Parts: sequence; structure tokens; C-alpha cells
Amino acid sequence: LCEAADTQKDLGEMVKKDKVVVFMKGTPAQPMCGFSNAVVQILRMHGVDNYAAYNVLEDQELRQGVKLFSNWPTIPQVYFNGEFVGGCDILLQMHQNGDLVDELKKLGIHS
Amino acid sequence: MAVTSEHIRQKLVHELAAVHVEVEDTSPNRCAASFKVVVVSSQFEGKPLLQRHRMVNSCLSEEMKHIHAFEQKTLTPQQWEQHKPSQ
Repeated sequence: LCEAADTQKDLGEMVKKDKVVVFMKGTPAQPMCGFSNAVVQILRMHGVDNYAAYNVLEDQELRQGVKLFSNWPTIPQVYFNGEFVGGCDILLQMHQNGDLVDELKKLGIHS
Repeated sequence: MAVTSEHIRQKLVHELAAVHVEVEDTSPNRCAASFKVVVVSSQFEGKPLLQRHRMVNSCLSEEMKHIHAFEQKTLTPQQWEQHKPSQ
């Protein structure tokens, strides 16, 4: 229980440390799942190069912890400025309807 | 527990008053329980995308424990009308 509380506290800091944070399966260089790959490709298309990516396959505690933290059942998960944005479907729809450009602008990233 | 497309459809119709639901079982492509859904409900009106997806997630929270991958599209009846002809 104590360990779980630590993970939640760590996650609170992890998502705020960088403007864009992604929890995914694999790494941006080598995504291990089509959904995680889709998020990597969308970010690349918008010129987002510097973001923090955490591989949940390497850390089971993180994999479970992040689902609890965001109250979101699946991976990948995307955070902007410490705020949960959504998973792959939401990022894809934001890319398609133009919302993603606006949200990135707020972070000072011009796509 | 084996989650079926029909079970997911029924739950979304009952709990979110969905007027239209499409459930595609994508498990054969992914070697684990996977589904792709389109949900049309007036309960989504005025709600941002994240909140709509959260509504679907919590409706299926029990099932989610047994689902490996889940894709969703959440539309209001009005959005569905506009969306339909392009399909």
C-alpha cells in the first residue's frame, strides 16, 4: 500500500516535469504496440520532438499505477502541462479536427 | 469472463441511452480481447471528448479488466447524422 502511494506521488511529479509526457508500450524509437505507435507518429507530424516517454512494459508497477492515477484503463496515455489529455483515439481525433494544433500552441509548440 | 460484442452493445444502450452502437470485435487481429466501438448518445451533448470517453470507460469498467485493447468513437445524434453520409 505504501509503495502504491509512492507511485502515485511520483506520477504527479513525472507528468509535470515535462510539457508533453507519454506513457506507452515500447519507446518512441521502437513502439511495441500499434496504438502507442500512432501517438508517436502524430506527435512527430506536429514537430513535437522533445517529450518524456515512459515505457510501461519495463515497469509493471508503473503500468498499473498510471491507470489508477489518471483513472484511464488503457495505454498509451498523453499528458500536456501535467493535465491528462487522453489515449490514442482522443489524440487522433484532436489531430483530425485541429484541436491538437491549438493545444500545442498553448504549450509554445508550433506545428 | 468472456466479453462479447452483444454484451458491450446492450450495456451501452442501457446505461448511456445510446441510440446507435456499433461494436467490432477486433480480437482476431490482436490475439487478445479487443473491441472497436461507435457510440451515439444524446448524453454526450455539450461534453468534451475526454469526458465522453470516460463515460464509456466507466460504463464498461468491469469489462475493461478483461479487454486488452479498446477503440472508441463517441458522437451526439447530430454529429452522427453528419458523419453517416461520409461512411
